[in-house]
Amino acid sequence: MELTVLGQSQTAPAAGGCASSGCGSNDDQLNHLPEHIRAKVHNHPCYSEEAHHHYARMHVAVAPACNIQCHYCNRKYDCSNESRPGVVSELLTPDQAVKKVMTVAANIPQMTVLGIAGPGDPLANPERTFETFRQLTEKAPDIKLCVSTNGLALPEQVDELCKHNIDHVTMTINCVDPDIGAQIYPWIFWKNRRVYGRKGAEILIKQQQKGLQMLVDRGILVKVNSVMIPGVNDKHLEEVSKAVKAKGAFLHNVMPLIAEAEHGTFFGVMGQRGPTHDELQALQDVCAGDMNMMRHCRQCRADAVGMLGEDRGDEFTMDKIEAEEVDYAAAMIKRAEVHAAIEATLAAKQQKKNETFISLSSLSIPKKESRPVLMAIATSGGGIINQHFGHAREFLIYEANAYDVRFISHRKTDLYCSGDDTCGDGESVLQKTINALKGCEVVLCSKIGYEPWGMLEEAGIMPNGEHALEAIEDAVAAVYKEMGEKGLLDKKPETKQRATA
Amino acid sequence: MALQIVDGCVNCWACEPLCPSQAIYAALPHFLIDAKKCTECDGDYADKQCASICPIEEAIVDSQGIALNPPGSLTGIPPERWEQVRAEIQAR
Repeated sequence: MELTVLGQSQTAPAAGGCASSGCGSNDDQLNHLPEHIRAKVHNHPCYSEEAHHHYARMHVAVAPACNIQCHYCNRKYDCSNESRPGVVSELLTPDQAVKKVMTVAANIPQMTVLGIAGPGDPLANPERTFETFRQLTEKAPDIKLCVSTNGLALPEQVDELCKHNIDHVTMTINCVDPDIGAQIYPWIFWKNRRVYGRKGAEILIKQQQKGLQMLVDRGILVKVNSVMIPGVNDKHLEEVSKAVKAKGAFLHNVMPLIAEAEHGTFFGVMGQRGPTHDELQALQDVCAGDMNMMRHCRQCRADAVGMLGEDRGDEFTMDKIEAEEVDYAAAMIKRAEVHAAIEATLAAKQQKKNETFISLSSLSIPKKESRPVLMAIATSGGGIINQHFGHAREFLIYEANAYDVRFISHRKTDLYCSGDDTCGDGESVLQKTINALKGCEVVLCSKIGYEPWGMLEEAGIMPNGEHALEAIEDAVAAVYKEMGEKGLLDKKPETKQRATA
Repeated sequence: MALQIVDGCVNCWACEPLCPSQAIYAALPHFLIDAKKCTECDGDYADKQCASICPIEEAIVDSQGIALNPPGSLTGIPPERWEQVRAEIQAR
């Protein structure tokens, strides 16, 4: 089979890539970690902000069963247009999953990580999950394996898990207080019974904390995911962050609740709201004081394929790949070359970062007191501004201030659904996009049409296509500098923006 | 005496490995229970295993056709409380 290099072209590595300060904060968000942990995660797109611009991931949906019920989950839903955890288009057997992983690995050589994340709980489907891992360890040793779990079955599965060359586990921990847990988990299935309410939540929390400890004791890296649910656990997550850090989790990822009525989840149907961008950012900032915080998580589907923020699952459905022959030995050689090219790009960027860091601070045209500015970036990867405004399904949000440029978050423009009008509420896509950019003062993209230009200006957001193909952080710094020179950083931004939908 | 899986089942496999009589099998459009094998867990478990883990309301019924997981059982909130709960949740 012919191996095509898709997506990131290895011959044209992004000039400058994701720029000076590593798309994280002042330092790459992994810098505080010990060297042996950094070595494990530096090419993992879900753990390293730097890596997510260059490396891809995939999930295989082999684990349909679940052992708990969450108010933000609906097991009926199976929509190809939706993107959120727990949603898949086709369930795979372990054999099919292995075939799919090897085919994707051969076609998307940047894919370094295979995760099993559902659509149920992987450890509630131990045979299917572990059979997939067993085959992949043998047939595709250059792929990292990871698993996500709610933690209920973790203590009993941890030894089996450790047999499978898995060095990363993600656990969803939304609380350490059973009274709060009872508002999130209506029941769990435990020792052959359905256990409701506080009692169930108490067992779940105990199992999670025990499982976390067991993983850490075995040297497995644990990332903790928490879903931020306003009025339920938003105030509590700071305590969760402290607790899991104390136990030895190496990353904490606070994610916004996704709750649309059309998803049919209990929270969606009942009108539970998700956090605003500001609330999420404020909580992430508070938790970051205690622990390393992830901000680039895309809350992927359980069958996602490709770079974070994109999903190429449609190219690799079973009917399309079943007949395909994969020469994995050849693919491994190709993959190694592509990975080496990415590493070279990253090394060059690191070099440049050290140099740029000095020049960034020496810019200092804006006054020290100048206010921070949020800018939205349209990018299709590689750390450069290279996407047409109208093609962007998400924007990366950066904050510039007098001292540095830092990555804050990403915002989806299609509100988790890219279907036609049968799948939305009639609000125009463009208006939704503009609403999603609330709080930003500038949009940087490669090109932009006349109509969106006008609407953005109307909303108090300045479109800017002058920095096409430049490294994101350099461009953000340059635009911030221009704003300073025009005296735009002394006063409050114009508040013409409409409230978010 | 046997349980039955009806429309609504989403084929999530959760029940299949739990059945003490191996009465549950994959089928289309949804999983089925072999009525000859199903014992309703009598003698094995206090609770009917398939219904205890099933994430869909009204997908498993008894021989009278009565749902083992009636509306409200999934969320633990009975229908008569829904409006009140909705109001509380929307105030968050």
